Amino acid sequence: MQQQQSSGGSNTGLRVALAWAVVLIPLLWGVYNTILNVAKLFS
Amino acid sequence: MMDFLDRQHSVARLGYSRWMVPPAALAVHLCIGQVYAFSVFNKPMSQLIGITAPAPGDWSIPALGWIFSLAIVVLGLSAAFGGAWVERVGPRRAMFTAALLFGGGLVIASAGVALHQLWLVYLGYGVVGGCGLGIGYISPVSTLIKWFPDRPGLATGCAIMGFGGGALIGAPLAVSLMKHYSSAASTGVAPTMLTMGIIYLCFMMIGPAIVRVPARGWMPAGYVPPTSADEAKKMVTIHNVTADAAIKTRQFWLLWWVLCLNVTAGIGVLGQASLMIQEMFPLRFPHDTPVAVAASAAAAGGFVGLLSIFNMIGRISWASSSDYLGRKNTYAIFFSLGAVLYALVPWTGKTHNLALFIIFYLIILSMYGGGFATIPAYLKDIFGSIQVGAIHGRLLTAWAAAGVFGPVLVNYIRQFQLDRGVPKADAYSVTMYIMAVLLAIGFLCNFAMTPLHERHHAKLSEVEALA
Repeated sequence: MQQQQSSGGSNTGLRVALAWAVVLIPLLWGVYNTILNVAKLFS
Repeated sequence: MMDFLDRQHSVARLGYSRWMVPPAALAVHLCIGQVYAFSVFNKPMSQLIGITAPAPGDWSIPALGWIFSLAIVVLGLSAAFGGAWVERVGPRRAMFTAALLFGGGLVIASAGVALHQLWLVYLGYGVVGGCGLGIGYISPVSTLIKWFPDRPGLATGCAIMGFGGGALIGAPLAVSLMKHYSSAASTGVAPTMLTMGIIYLCFMMIGPAIVRVPARGWMPAGYVPPTSADEAKKMVTIHNVTADAAIKTRQFWLLWWVLCLNVTAGIGVLGQASLMIQEMFPLRFPHDTPVAVAASAAAAGGFVGLLSIFNMIGRISWASSSDYLGRKNTYAIFFSLGAVLYALVPWTGKTHNLALFIIFYLIILSMYGGGFATIPAYLKDIFGSIQVGAIHGRLLTAWAAAGVFGPVLVNYIRQFQLDRGVPKADAYSVTMYIMAVLLAIGFLCNFAMTPLHERHHAKLSEVEALA
């Protein structure tokens, strides 16, 4: 059995993009907040 | 009733992309990684009665410190004892259970804070939440390795990066919520924990909603499984070993020490980073006026934030590089480079070279994170993928041990040095040299790793039964 995930086309791509966006947005928010604190080290 | 959570109902259908699995894993790990940010609750929880300052009857900071320690110990134990169950029921039920336990643990802890019952906070966050941490931590590992046999380091690095990133979200979220809920009569901790419990419960449910297991025999297009020639050359097995058999091997215990020593070296420093940079560089972090004290603490907090970012980046970068470098070589770099950098840290203090001190620690913390993220792929290389989640769970007891050993080593040696009259700026030198020695021992443990003898390999009937 090979490449079960290959078919599905743009619909699959959209779902993958959405799933990544849902987890990366809060992560980037956390990184942004941390960088604001990091700036105090160099000020 | 909850049949849809079973492994047989989680098999991917045609059209499912394996790239859905890392975000499923991240949804769980980003939440449970909040444990690293639990310390933001310590100060407000020590002033629940006094509100602006501790009052008689308020909880002490050492008593509150046990909440985090208990959660980490229970994480290790639940991962060790729950690993086989996670393998049996599959990622969907495991992630669902982890969400209920972790979110529920926060809700119970919020009740403990509201009722001012510390035992309820221990039970809620430490025990119930700790079980959610352990089950959640290992729940996606085996599935990721099965979906990404060609890039196991990248796949598990993605998930475990989330655990490092969880603190970056958990700390500002808790601070914002406490600010929102606080008033003249309340520190806002109880409603903050309740809100976070509900948010994390909902967010973690993304995991079971989108995770799937590959159909039996599935392989990615173009993937060439390792051959017996690779087995000897690259130390990547083509066989499988059960969790029960794995813990009876020399290789399991060598890897246990590899993880324990790598974590010990990092975790103790991570907990003391703020104090250490202020004490080693007193000219850059002055304490002569209250304003200077506050500014120094804020700058040191920025250093801790920077370490957290590199801890997270190291998880994905080192784990994915290990797919090309090989696991043994990757750990050889961690231990050799780490030992050299630790041995050089006292010199940066003596020469007042703050820039090098920061660079050295960023590299050290990236390797600390990398050690966590690379170990599942190392286990897969040595023991095969059939029960790698359960084996990983048992190996995480090394983390629990290091979680106790690392901070104790740093704190007690610093205090011992101070009691002997050593200046604060030099009080960490001995600890750094001891860390370098621990990493050298880790190097030897990693160097001693060899492929497993065939007597440990599972029989075909065992593999069929477990598949």
